Amino acid sequence: MLTLALLTIPAVFALLIWILPQQSKRLALAGSFINLILAVVGLVALSYWKIDLLQFDSGVIGGLGMHFALEINSTSALLILLGSVILPFAIHLSSKNEERNNANFHALLMLMASAMLGAFLANDALLFYICYEVALIPIYFIILQWSKNEHRTQIVLKFFVYTLFGSLFMLMALLYVRQYAASFLINDMISAGASLSAYEQSMVFAGFFIAFAVKIPVFPFHTWQPKTYQAAPTAGTVMLAAVMLKMATYGLLRITMPLTPAASKEWAMWLCVISIVYANIVALNQRHFKLLIAYSSIAHVGMIALGILTAGTTAYNGALIEMVSHGWLALGMFYVCDMLITRYGHDDMHKMGGIRQNNATFSFLFFAIVMASVALPTTSGFVGEFLLLNSVGSRNIFMAILAGLTVIFGAVYMLRAFQTMMLGTSENAVHFSPMTSTEKFVLGIVVAGTLTLGVYPNLLLDVVQKGIELYASHI
Amino acid sequence: MKELLITSLLGIGVLAFDILRIRKMVLGLILAALAVLVGFIVYDWNNLNLPFEQNMLIYDNFAYIALGVFAVIAFFWFILSSAYFKNHEGKTDLYALVVFSFCGAGLMAAYGNLVMLFLGVEILSIPVYVLAASKKHNVLSNESGFKYFILGSVASAVLLFGIALVYGATASFDLATISNTIMNGAHETTMLNLGVTLILTGFLFKISAAPFHIWTPDVYQGAPTWVTAYMSTLVKAAAVVALFKLFAGPFHYFVRDNGMTFGILAGATLILSNTAALLQTDVKRMLAYSSISHAGFLLAALIGNASILTVLFYLLSYSVASLIAFGVVKETQIAGEHPLTGLYRRNPVLAIAFSVALFSMAGIPPFAGFIAKYYVILQMVEAKYFTLVVIMILTSAMGAFYYLRSALGVFKHIDNAGRIVLPATVKYTYILLTLLLVGLTVAAGFLDRI
Repeated sequence: MLTLALLTIPAVFALLIWILPQQSKRLALAGSFINLILAVVGLVALSYWKIDLLQFDSGVIGGLGMHFALEINSTSALLILLGSVILPFAIHLSSKNEERNNANFHALLMLMASAMLGAFLANDALLFYICYEVALIPIYFIILQWSKNEHRTQIVLKFFVYTLFGSLFMLMALLYVRQYAASFLINDMISAGASLSAYEQSMVFAGFFIAFAVKIPVFPFHTWQPKTYQAAPTAGTVMLAAVMLKMATYGLLRITMPLTPAASKEWAMWLCVISIVYANIVALNQRHFKLLIAYSSIAHVGMIALGILTAGTTAYNGALIEMVSHGWLALGMFYVCDMLITRYGHDDMHKMGGIRQNNATFSFLFFAIVMASVALPTTSGFVGEFLLLNSVGSRNIFMAILAGLTVIFGAVYMLRAFQTMMLGTSENAVHFSPMTSTEKFVLGIVVAGTLTLGVYPNLLLDVVQKGIELYASHI
Repeated sequence: MKELLITSLLGIGVLAFDILRIRKMVLGLILAALAVLVGFIVYDWNNLNLPFEQNMLIYDNFAYIALGVFAVIAFFWFILSSAYFKNHEGKTDLYALVVFSFCGAGLMAAYGNLVMLFLGVEILSIPVYVLAASKKHNVLSNESGFKYFILGSVASAVLLFGIALVYGATASFDLATISNTIMNGAHETTMLNLGVTLILTGFLFKISAAPFHIWTPDVYQGAPTWVTAYMSTLVKAAAVVALFKLFAGPFHYFVRDNGMTFGILAGATLILSNTAALLQTDVKRMLAYSSISHAGFLLAALIGNASILTVLFYLLSYSVASLIAFGVVKETQIAGEHPLTGLYRRNPVLAIAFSVALFSMAGIPPFAGFIAKYYVILQMVEAKYFTLVVIMILTSAMGAFYYLRSALGVFKHIDNAGRIVLPATVKYTYILLTLLLVGLTVAAGFLDRI
């Protein structure tokens, strides 16, 4: 029942918000906090009470041939937690920035969260697919209604059609495997996958990978991403970057890898490597901070995908930690970006400077986030990247060396961005009004979170461990 | 039987109201009669022993549910179009034509005899020829009606020729007898095969599938928008139901033997229509091509041995979306060249309804269109037509592109646009239909219970 509650509570609160638009912020926050508590309860139940799986299954829905089956397992628990943690921040961001039609914005965010949690909870491949797609619709309306970009319709068209087109390949792959499977339940699909020939597995893998590569995004399917991140209102960008793309990496980890153990994945791994190198090089040349984060995000998630593709316990541990860490830091980064944009009206780094002179606190908190993003030891970024690189290296050292550049290049452009914006002197600096206490609070939490995870990663790793072994046994 | 009576009496009643000059109550009469019709269907459900006049018409559950779907579509069509017809001079005449055409659809759902099929097709089509040309002073509307009439008559003639040849081969018009004769080995004859081919050709024209789809964009574009909405929903649904009744029934052997040909027809329909739709700038033409592409999906369902429930679900979900889409186009048409641009600012309800309708047509979950397409695709996978499945999925992606391109226009900003005010009933009908597109998805879970 816990799983069902996690899925329905945001949707129910979305309806409540539409019924009582005056109370939208309170309702949205209340709903998201209830969800957060439930997610934590799920995590605790999983790790300490040793209840192996928290499941819900309606039985087969005859008309559709699918199960409405939900499950919290040790793979999904962390991502459910991530989604539930990010949601209140997104709501806070949306009420902070948008005066117009705030209730609609909150309701759409709640629906989006519901769909994304649905994808993480789904224990049925078709249900996963449906949730994966449904999550697109709220963000479609969010970007169209609240984006200030004049090209937003073209950007949304590209984003939406691209993702939809990609996921149709996943649908084909799912249907193909379904021919040999007893049902769409993920476990049934996985056991059916074993009976496929290596060639069939490769084709199925390709179908899945194209779908996920668009969403993650991996070069050359990434072209929708920077502009969409730039055009979306910050609350939407946070949801996209921190949670939505994790649906793809999660799907890769949960469904595709166990389903196609014999598939040839070399090409996909090279795409990820190219993606990492390419995104880092492009990020070096960005002068807009939001675009810089967008490209650095491509590099980071490319790393996650590469790690997952190498398969193995270390890689899966690393991928899960890095997914959480990346989501968390994306929140911090985009929050900082939002603070800059609300104060300056733009995010052009060359027109900023000297913020540290009168805002030392902000500068310090931002510095901590930057350090976590470039994977300095004792931050959460380090744990994930280390485990991932370790796993990639044991598989193919050349790939590891190329991908390792991500850390160095990342340090270059991130530090340079910090330098340009925070240090030096500039007459613009005086415009940067002091941080409000909420802003201090949010950034403080982000920094505290990343440090905690960096120093004591076992907090999450212990939970993950058991489930990972379960999935690794399929490889 | 009651169902046939009530629809034909309704047509006469509408004319009588015209003669008695109580035109204001016509719409109420029609809606009440449709509601009663649905009531009768529910009442007679599972009451299977009602053959009428030597199996001329057979009212079984198949006929009931098809008729029920038609009635629902017609019901919403009448409500939505009411504002447009309110001040129309020939309102009752047009309403009477629509009701008579609805009678034809009723026959096509229940025929047990090829003669009744032909009668049904003609009763359905002839009023629509008139309706298509009902904007008397508009050249495009005249062209549309004329084109539809000429080509439609040719198709009817081909259909009739086919029926005659089938009669020649089997010595019967009765579906059950034909079915028996074919099972005893009559399908070896060229005459039967030729007859079935000609009947199929007639139907391909009626459902606007390739290669007989060329008329559709011109006719859809030229006809008054509400007539187009009627053509793309009820006329199409009736033709598809009649087609299924024949080709999933007595002529099933033909589909089985010529699976490849049907596959090519469906594939060609999908590819041609979706490619053409990509190039359209006029939203009505785009919707016309989209209507053709849905015919392709339905043809595929025929090969995949889809159940009639699957097909009716597809028809209902497509029709609801199509009613909304054409309806919104009509509401905004007064504005001029790019009527849909900036609609969100002028009327958010219409804008959201339009977006959701096009999402549904594009087959994006959680809307009914996705489930409808999913059913068909699932059946195709089980029938091992994987190439066709790939075509269906790839053309769906093309579809998503042009649907969204239109749907996105409503969110563009334009200056000094006046608000569009809708009557309350119409506004709530749009909201209801939009919710129905989500509700049908939920209902789909119970489809196997029927």
